[in-house]
Amino acid sequence: MTVFEKITIAKAINESLRASMEADPKVLVMGEDVGKLGGVFRVTDGLQKDFGEERVIDTPLAESGIVGTAIGMALRGYRPVVEIQFDGFVFPAYDQIVTQLAKMHARALGKVKVPVVIRIPYAGGIGAVEHHSESPEALFAHVAGLKIVSPSNSSDAYWMLQQAIAGDDPVIYFEPKRRYHDKSRLDTESIPDPLHKARVARTGSDLTLAAYGPMVKVCQDVANVAAEEGKSIEIVDLRSLSPIDFDTVQSSVQKTGRLVVVHEAPVFFGAGAEIAARITERCFYHLEAPVLRVGGFHSPYPPSRLEDEYLPGLDRVLDAVDRALAY
Amino acid sequence: MTVEGTAQRKNARGSSKRTTAKKATSAKKASPAENRNSGRPEQAEQDQLVQLLTPEGKRVEHPDYSIDLSADELRGLYRDMVLTRKFDAEATTLQRQGELGLWASLLGQEAAQIGSGRALRDDDYVFPTYREHGVAWCRGVDPTNLLGMFRGVNHGGWDPNTNNFHLYTIVIGSQTLHATGYAMGVQKDGADSAVIAYFGDGASSQGDVAESFTFSAVYNAPVVFFCQNNQWAISEPTEKQTRVPLYQRARGYGFPGVRVDGNDVLACLAVTKVALERARTGQGPMLVEAFTYRMGAHTTSDDPTKYREDEERAAWEAKDPILRLRTYLEAEGLVDEAYLASIDEESEALGKRVRDAVRAMPDPDTMAIFENVYADGHALVDEERAQFAAYQASFADADAVAEGN
Repeated sequence: MTVFEKITIAKAINESLRASMEADPKVLVMGEDVGKLGGVFRVTDGLQKDFGEERVIDTPLAESGIVGTAIGMALRGYRPVVEIQFDGFVFPAYDQIVTQLAKMHARALGKVKVPVVIRIPYAGGIGAVEHHSESPEALFAHVAGLKIVSPSNSSDAYWMLQQAIAGDDPVIYFEPKRRYHDKSRLDTESIPDPLHKARVARTGSDLTLAAYGPMVKVCQDVANVAAEEGKSIEIVDLRSLSPIDFDTVQSSVQKTGRLVVVHEAPVFFGAGAEIAARITERCFYHLEAPVLRVGGFHSPYPPSRLEDEYLPGLDRVLDAVDRALAY
Repeated sequence: MTVEGTAQRKNARGSSKRTTAKKATSAKKASPAENRNSGRPEQAEQDQLVQLLTPEGKRVEHPDYSIDLSADELRGLYRDMVLTRKFDAEATTLQRQGELGLWASLLGQEAAQIGSGRALRDDDYVFPTYREHGVAWCRGVDPTNLLGMFRGVNHGGWDPNTNNFHLYTIVIGSQTLHATGYAMGVQKDGADSAVIAYFGDGASSQGDVAESFTFSAVYNAPVVFFCQNNQWAISEPTEKQTRVPLYQRARGYGFPGVRVDGNDVLACLAVTKVALERARTGQGPMLVEAFTYRMGAHTTSDDPTKYREDEERAAWEAKDPILRLRTYLEAEGLVDEAYLASIDEESEALGKRVRDAVRAMPDPDTMAIFENVYADGHALVDEERAQFAAYQASFADADAVAEGN
């Protein structure tokens, strides 16, 4: 048993890839710069050295080609784990993901499986240039045939990736890049939650904050500040966006009576809209306030000098909490 | 060869007036601007066609691509092409009768498909587009299975791994990447089979095709790219896709390309065999451009009379792939009236079988909407399935109450 008292999310993903490749010789890692360099975030560091160029494949700089060939390899019985270097670069591959990867199992009436995992370092907060800070998760969650997950801590990062790789469905695995170097506990022998189970990350009684990926930490900060003001906040870390574990959110909201959904992606047509609608339907008589959403604006992701204004931070989430509590 | 070549040039593209004009331009060394206007592939390039059977049905030799087939094999190619054409005609008719929502006819491309299809080994893997009915035939896919998608009862009704024939892909060129990835997997497995990707001249403009060329070259993947240049991408002629003959594209990626007479089944067979053998022996990808012609519409939804001249079609009719093989077989005394009559009879029987099968094809069960969306299940799909089942059951309950009253 290995217990890491403090391990970064980046290292946890690295350990997860290593464990998956050791467990199954059909698991391959593919992407731009994933080999010698170990990825631009060093998430695949050392894997090529240990597993060779045949299993950790540096690819041409062509995202549609990366995903399209991964589909072909999956059809041949491999389990490719593809790295898209940055969120904004996934769009050249969007066609392959949406028209091919998502639909192939259904099109073949279940006769073929395409277990491709696509890792995307996503979202903002690192002061990057254009196309390096986007949150396109809703665009993928809207597509039937794909599963969408996003871990917020090292243990989830480690286990959820292995579960995604072991499953037979295509999974988009969104990595919160600004949390890559956050450290938390990882026990490599513990029994993990099912991949699509939401987790109550903090219990409380006045209001539920639902978040995933990089926003979970913001919500924890919010809950700490709110606690000083005498407000008891419950946090649900969704972990999965397709499917969403609405039962866990529902239980929480039935207890607290209030829900604020927080994500970095633009609010308009975002994950928060889906959650608000479903929870309103499920919890209409329990709700003391309308479900509120905090997220990005309906604008292109701004230059990094403005990203602190664009991204939901402590103050904007606290403001929403106050508004919900004022009903 | 020279005589046939000349005839070919004259017939290759539209009116002789146009050919003459182009010749004049090239004679005075065309300026780039004039080149842009001339459009059609250069005449010299058409001379590069690999041909083993002339449009007149005469056997000719090629220094790099030879073939020696038994009488049975030659007759087999004829039978394949006749039956494929019959199947295609039947499907077109069924569409006109409202039994199919759409049909993409292969009329005119029988030689390209049967020639390349018969070059394959059982353990080779095929990634088709949506017009490869002849290749499907060669793979042993029941032709009636091809019709489910066009009737609207499924998106592809066969198990790709039964015949190593992947599902039809409608998005143009996507499957060339799947073929390349599959070939990379074959290579990793240490297997000596090859993969073949079919696509058209229109698809050659797609980024995915370019990316598949890059990937296959970089990894030396055992894949053959078989482009059926049928001259038209719906209403857009080849010159709207490329400024160089398509087979020359391969050179820029670092692998060979060859243009074969796509209406010559022997040449298509010979060239594809060479390309597959290269792939199997670790020599990497190859591009085969089968220079052919789509005699009908792109699909039953378009009208070629709106975008191309009758003379062009007529010129290609003279190069009919079935007729030329039949002329050769008759001249060599390899077929007689009785044999040809037996093929016609088989063809009629196939037509009837296809008609009956299509009309008997049941609509899928309503709940099929929710099946196979995910391999491992998905909570939302489960929820929607249950809701929809309850909704449907509510009508049954209402009916029961109404009957009780």
